[in-house]
Amino acid sequence: MIIGSIVNGIVIDHIPAGRGMELYTNLELKNLECEVALIKNASSIKLGKKDIVKIGERIPLDYDILGYIDPRITINIIEDGKLIKKMHPSLPQTITGVIKCRNPRCITSTEQELPHVFKLTDRENGVYRCIYCETKAKQSKEQG
Amino acid sequence: MRHLIEIADIPIHEMDELIEKSLDIIANPDRYSDKCHGKRIATLFFEPSTRTRLSFEAAMQDLGGNVIGFAEGSNSSAAKGESIADTVRTVECFADIIAMRHPKEGSAYVASQNVDIPVINAGDGGHNHPTQTLADLLTIHRELGRLDNLKIGCCGDLKFGRTVHSLITAMSRYDGVEFVLISPEELQIPEYLRSEVLERNGSTYTETTSLKHAIPDLDVLYMTRVQRERFFNEADYIRLKDSYILTPEKLSAAKETMRVLHPLPRVNEISTAVDRDPRAAYFRQVKNGKFIRMALILKLLGVK
Repeated sequence: MIIGSIVNGIVIDHIPAGRGMELYTNLELKNLECEVALIKNASSIKLGKKDIVKIGERIPLDYDILGYIDPRITINIIEDGKLIKKMHPSLPQTITGVIKCRNPRCITSTEQELPHVFKLTDRENGVYRCIYCETKAKQSKEQG
Repeated sequence: MRHLIEIADIPIHEMDELIEKSLDIIANPDRYSDKCHGKRIATLFFEPSTRTRLSFEAAMQDLGGNVIGFAEGSNSSAAKGESIADTVRTVECFADIIAMRHPKEGSAYVASQNVDIPVINAGDGGHNHPTQTLADLLTIHRELGRLDNLKIGCCGDLKFGRTVHSLITAMSRYDGVEFVLISPEELQIPEYLRSEVLERNGSTYTETTSLKHAIPDLDVLYMTRVQRERFFNEADYIRLKDSYILTPEKLSAAKETMRVLHPLPRVNEISTAVDRDPRAAYFRQVKNGKFIRMALILKLLGVK
């Protein structure tokens, strides 16, 4: 499969295979007018398989979302067809409105207007917990 | 500490201050009988409670303050669908401090984010109940004279028991505290408590299924209920339930200085015959709850 290279924009690389759509949704890329490509299960020397997102415009990115999905993600900024910057997000301390608390006993289950906020409690293992009930966030793969 | 939502909100030096203050209140009750004159506590209990609500109300009255509130959610506008934020903003107009119990986990935290007066979590579902832990710590201190260098046995339902989780969190910060976790395999402590509390604090702990074998070495035995509904099948429950009932016979193997604590209410996990033993500290623990709540109210209101 061939997807053309971009002249000005962003390539989000090394997304864990299967999580590209989650990233696409959480970054609200469907609202963009420019070209966006989501490539699933591309072969990768480092990861075996990976997802890639290509965005044909330089847009502000929410690094917290990228870092939450995987801090090993690579963000490549392309200008005039050249790679001008390469970076990795870090695990955010808190993340709001991305993970939904699934605990039926959590106050967020009845108070609908409360934001769903998760905080990083174990950096080594990337564990996030709901700030209200401390329930551990499930990784998207587990959420099915 | 502006609010008390979970036990980890209290740094160890403030914990020690609260215990010191409680001991002073116990020794000199008259000195404190008017300290909260003109102050009012709102006890917002969205679900029933015997000990905790009465303890908060008695604590404020013994400080010379006043009490308003409700004892069940159906008596409040929550029954009409009012949010916690709106409820506490309203209560803030009438009270200087709030003690709140609510069935939903995280409710007290939400309350604390919406008011300028102190909020005390008096139990948010199965999540946190920090003033119970304060009562536990004051009891251990009064009965044994220290909070460090203790061997603490926690027995029963260690998986779902919030009081045990808070006790382990609080006590793991003291030097030389060793935990003996006594439970059926199905009801062992949750993984996060192991990795994010015990191992992070470098605490020593052992796990066993036998209360009988563990009891001789303990300084404190913290009992909790093993509930039938926690088991996957009836056969396991029947096989195991009696192992976790404290009887005078099992207690006979314990040290004379060992103390038995229980957050109460108990069902059958401590035989009533144990009540007469001087090592049974659980009713003294209830009384200590009032004293440390007095100290906490003073602290949060900034009253010396």
